[in-house]
Amino acid sequence: MSKIWKLDNDIDTDIILPTEYLAFETVQEMKPYAFSPLRPELAAQIQPGDMIVAGNNFGCGSSREQAPEVVKALGISCIVAKSFARIFFRNAINNGLLLIEQPDLYDEVNEGDEAEVIPGKEIIVNGKSYPIASLPENLTEILEAGGLVKAMRKRNGLD
Amino acid sequence: MGHTLVEKIIGNKVGHEVKPGDIVTVDVDWCMIDDIMVPFAVQKFEEMGFKKVAKPDGVVLIYDHFLPATQVDDSRHFRVGDEFAEKYGLKNVHRTDGICHQLMTEAGYVKPGDIAFGTDSHTVTYGCVGAFSTGIGYTEMAGILGTGQLWIKVPETIKVEIEGTLHGNVTSKDIILRIIGDLTASGATYQAIEFTGSTVDAMSVASRMTMSNMSVEAGAKCGLFAPDEKTCDYCKIPYDDSIKALHADNDAQYSKILRYKAEDFKPVCACPSLVDNIKPVKELKGTKVDQVFIGSCTNGRLEDLRAAATILKGKHVAPFVKLIVTPASRKIYREALADGTLEILSDAGAIITTPGCGLCCGRGGGILSDDEVVVATNNRNFLGRMGTSKVQIYLASPVTAAATAIAGEIVEG
Repeated sequence: MSKIWKLDNDIDTDIILPTEYLAFETVQEMKPYAFSPLRPELAAQIQPGDMIVAGNNFGCGSSREQAPEVVKALGISCIVAKSFARIFFRNAINNGLLLIEQPDLYDEVNEGDEAEVIPGKEIIVNGKSYPIASLPENLTEILEAGGLVKAMRKRNGLD
Repeated sequence: MGHTLVEKIIGNKVGHEVKPGDIVTVDVDWCMIDDIMVPFAVQKFEEMGFKKVAKPDGVVLIYDHFLPATQVDDSRHFRVGDEFAEKYGLKNVHRTDGICHQLMTEAGYVKPGDIAFGTDSHTVTYGCVGAFSTGIGYTEMAGILGTGQLWIKVPETIKVEIEGTLHGNVTSKDIILRIIGDLTASGATYQAIEFTGSTVDAMSVASRMTMSNMSVEAGAKCGLFAPDEKTCDYCKIPYDDSIKALHADNDAQYSKILRYKAEDFKPVCACPSLVDNIKPVKELKGTKVDQVFIGSCTNGRLEDLRAAATILKGKHVAPFVKLIVTPASRKIYREALADGTLEILSDAGAIITTPGCGLCCGRGGGILSDDEVVVATNNRNFLGRMGTSKVQIYLASPVTAAATAIAGEIVEG
């Protein structure tokens, strides 16, 4: 089961990680500042295995890949949103962070609810099932490899 | 069935017809990596185990976000970039020439029909010359460096048709802000936008750049203009049959068509803190401002500086207003110096800074504090973008920005 943290529509990547923290050498250093313009306390509250539920256009704005990297480093297991911005979507998959588009969940659940996610099939919250689609094949391959770096290492005969 | 412009560009590259939804692997003409992302892209490239860059002459490194450095660690990014360029034989490195999205067409890299990717979301700017270009992350960039290729999903296209002549104080910035307001910040997600009609035909390439640049603020994958004679003059290439073929077919299929009359556009602002929160400038009259910023890859070109100078000539900014002007490139800086534009702006009290991204991404001189109000010609007014999360950012055209700087409150130019 995953605890839900609920965020709004149009959560942009400047909110997920402001520009002033992008140049830290490691994602570990960036972690405390995730979501700081909107909810400065949130990064410390998130526990590994938790999930984010959001409205439309999650991850809009800048192409900064630090955004999905920092979300993954916080231990977020997946993000379920009504829709995602396209660069964030690709970046998340390339870092092995699962994103799920689901039109109804956001309107019907509350922060703190517990969810069970069965990839490619459904999300169960408060006894109700929300159907979810499978990713396209080329993206599933990247996700299953553990991200694009690992997929490329395999291509280059390293792993 | 006919094709939209983006379908033609991608189809030409892969050598067969494509339709929206197709997933295709393309050979990439240009890779742009900006200074923020250089160390990350290099690290991922090495982790992936590549031994050489597939197409070194198609890679352009540009130092702009951190230039001149404002934090002690910034220069590491330049050093990593320089070492990477040396090791892998990259000859296209711009260390102090201006903003990446200005340079990629100005310095002669991206041409009509090309496919380009960059590690910055405003890579969509090169749609102004009829190229397919869009932002990606540094991991995907590392993959392109090694393989020369990337997969893309062929997008559907939203057509925007604008006919007629604009009012004198209305610019292409006001047009794109209105369109973003109408589409919303997610209204074009995963899709291409194609701008057409007599109004855009009459526009300079610089004005088109502003619109392509901001198409990502509606979520778009790219924002395209079919290349014409002006495009070819700008790109210094002949206006030949291959260029003339780069336009949508009459029976192309669009997901949506928006039609506008030029005379219906008014000066507008995107109000805090969403790019699609659009209001007419007239409704914001009386909003006091602390600072005005004219610059960025959206509106830091010569015509933008000249438009501001026309309004500021012989006048002075309000005593409590800081007006910061940042030309988008050294070439523009030099041209504005030569024709007297910078002198007019300086006489009016402007602080003129070196070309770069600086203030737009909250890194350079002029960042703001709680409850301060800024009118800015850049592309994003997100929370915390230009200082603290309580800064109020209004996005506007250079015309509105210049008039506002004089009045000390938001007014039409």
